[in-house]
Amino acid sequence: MAILVYAEHDNTSLKKATLSTVTAAKEMGGDVHVLVAGSGCQAVADEAAKVDGVSKVLLADNAAYEHQLAENVALLVKDLADGYDHIVAAATTTGKNFMPRVAALLDLSMVSDITKVVDANTFERPIYAGNATATVKTTESKVIVTVRTTAFDAAPAEGGSATVEAVDNAQDAGKSKFVGEELAKSDRPELTSAEIVVSGGRALASGENFTKYIEPLADKLGAAVGASRAAVDAGYVPNDMQVGQTGKIVAPQLYIAAGISGAIQHLAGMKDSKVIVAINNDPEAPIASVADYFLEADLFDAVPELTSKL
Amino acid sequence: MKALVAVKRVIDYNVKVRVKADNSGVDLSNTKMSINPFCEIAVEEAVRLKEAGVIDEIIVASIGPKEAQEQIRAALALGADRGVLVQTDEKAYPLQVAKILKGIAEQEGTEVILLGKQAIDDDNNQTGQMLAALMGVGQATFASEVKVEGDKVQVTREIDGGLQTVELSLPAVITTDLRLNEPRFAKLPNIMKAKKKPLDEKTPADFGVDMTSKQEILKVEPPAQRSAGVKVASVDELIDKLKNEAKVI
Ligand SMILES: Cc1cc2nc3c(=O)[nH]c(=O)nc-3n(C[C@H](O)[C@H](O)[C@H](O)COP(=O)(O)OP(=O)(O)OC[C@H]3O[C@@H](n4cnc5c(N)ncnc54)[C@H](O)[C@@H]3O)c2cc1C
Ligand SMILES: Nc1ncnc2c1ncn2[C@@H]1O[C@H](COP(=O)(O)O)[C@@H](O)[C@H]1O
Repeated sequence: MAILVYAEHDNTSLKKATLSTVTAAKEMGGDVHVLVAGSGCQAVADEAAKVDGVSKVLLADNAAYEHQLAENVALLVKDLADGYDHIVAAATTTGKNFMPRVAALLDLSMVSDITKVVDANTFERPIYAGNATATVKTTESKVIVTVRTTAFDAAPAEGGSATVEAVDNAQDAGKSKFVGEELAKSDRPELTSAEIVVSGGRALASGENFTKYIEPLADKLGAAVGASRAAVDAGYVPNDMQVGQTGKIVAPQLYIAAGISGAIQHLAGMKDSKVIVAINNDPEAPIASVADYFLEADLFDAVPELTSKL
Repeated sequence: MKALVAVKRVIDYNVKVRVKADNSGVDLSNTKMSINPFCEIAVEEAVRLKEAGVIDEIIVASIGPKEAQEQIRAALALGADRGVLVQTDEKAYPLQVAKILKGIAEQEGTEVILLGKQAIDDDNNQTGQMLAALMGVGQATFASEVKVEGDKVQVTREIDGGLQTVELSLPAVITTDLRLNEPRFAKLPNIMKAKKKPLDEKTPADFGVDMTSKQEILKVEPPAQRSAGVKVASVDELIDKLKNEAKVI
């Protein structure tokens, strides 16, 4: 029994999502191997080798994997699949992108976005934007899953001493080409793993107001900044800040929603937060049904007051 | 150039979901059903490509019960040219759907293949990627911008870190994100016209696909409910609660 975990990284360092994925893999039972596919990513492999519970790291270091294009990565993982009963990746935009492609190449079904490992072949996963939880059993010869990282604790980053083995397999499917990217730069914690998230909604009314009201509160709390889809669609903030069914899933210790109504699609992305605070001038706003603390107030008064008094 | 758009019949996104008392699934009786919102965006994108002269014909396909005709007609009213309903009363899993769509895409020779990034009932986010793999073509998931140039397409994708642009050779599979476009409303004359547009009926067997999946849903339960919270009267009270009761700051 061995389990292959796909490492989430940026060629420089291992992302925390990988640590949660390792935890989920351990619960499936078996030797955990981590695949690092990228370019110039030896440091990532060294980091992965130290993760508690990892017994082997496979390093596929090749220009073909620099941007982890699904077409190339899927061929690589398919080639490695023989030795594994389970193939597991984080349900990030990387994992969601290439894992179904691996499954189809192997003519297997897959299970997306699991939140609980019941046994090696049975998993819980949210459906209908988190309004229901399905228990799914698969009888495929190999189990292919993506993991909702917020549902699993991070495995300790230190404690392991796995061997690193180079994989000599360069797959260039020749179907796609990387043209460019615009990555958000921020000194704040990463949204999906932050302890505290401060999110703003349509009520902010402009990008300037995000800067003026939401960011100072986030900085005071050492928090990440999130947003509703309405705020992203209106162009107040970039898409990578969207929290919800179709954005990012967060589950911080503290989630503060200012001027967000709480549509089910938004709740799907944050209702597993430990403590939820809503600041809204409408006491009937649906977010009240999930908020531990609801402050009925104009956010333009309450948020600066909160920032200054913390 | 022809386009194929896959549309799934799902519970309307505004409807509150109820889990059945026997935990066998979600209660869909007397529920409003619609085109999956992401599929509607896929239809709109195809129509815009047709309006721009890139696409000549748009074929919409749906795999599902007889009633999925309604969603195909809705797509035809938005501007698609003809429909294919692959009728089955069995639950359609992504791998089987992808196999059927491959059959249609290859029969029709469609070059631009548009799907939603996910269906809002099962939230799988798999079908487009599987279809691209089965066809051996490139894929661009989570698209927020699509530009067809000759036999290539450039797609901007919404990824966790921001935006990424890739270029694919056609044929290619593209899955839509919410910000790709804002779908139009169908006008009454177009809804009338859509009733006369051709709609083929097929079965999975016509494509040699067996709908049986090696996955089984053992039970469906309502999610854990959060207990009702409290109203706080002031910022001071909020800070006090967060410090002394919740102990999160
Ligand atoms: C397929 C699909 C997927 C979706 N996915 C997502 C998703 O992933 N994430 C997401 O967020 N949405 C998603 N949505 C959109 C969702 O349905 C809502 O439209 C959106 O969440 C609303 O954003 P909002 O709460 O900021 O805006 P609104 O609903 O307009 O709410 C604004 C709130 O601010 C309050 N307010 C106004 N002024 C003030 C003030 N001065 N002080 C305090 N409060 C004030 C109002 O009372 C109101 O409650 C999706 C929709 C669809 C169809
Ligand atoms: N039964 C179906 N009929 C037609 N298209 C489907 C069906 N199931 C999935 N799709 C397409 O695949 C996309 C992603 O669905 P999923 O992978 O199930 O989340 C949808 O937005 C549709 O475009």
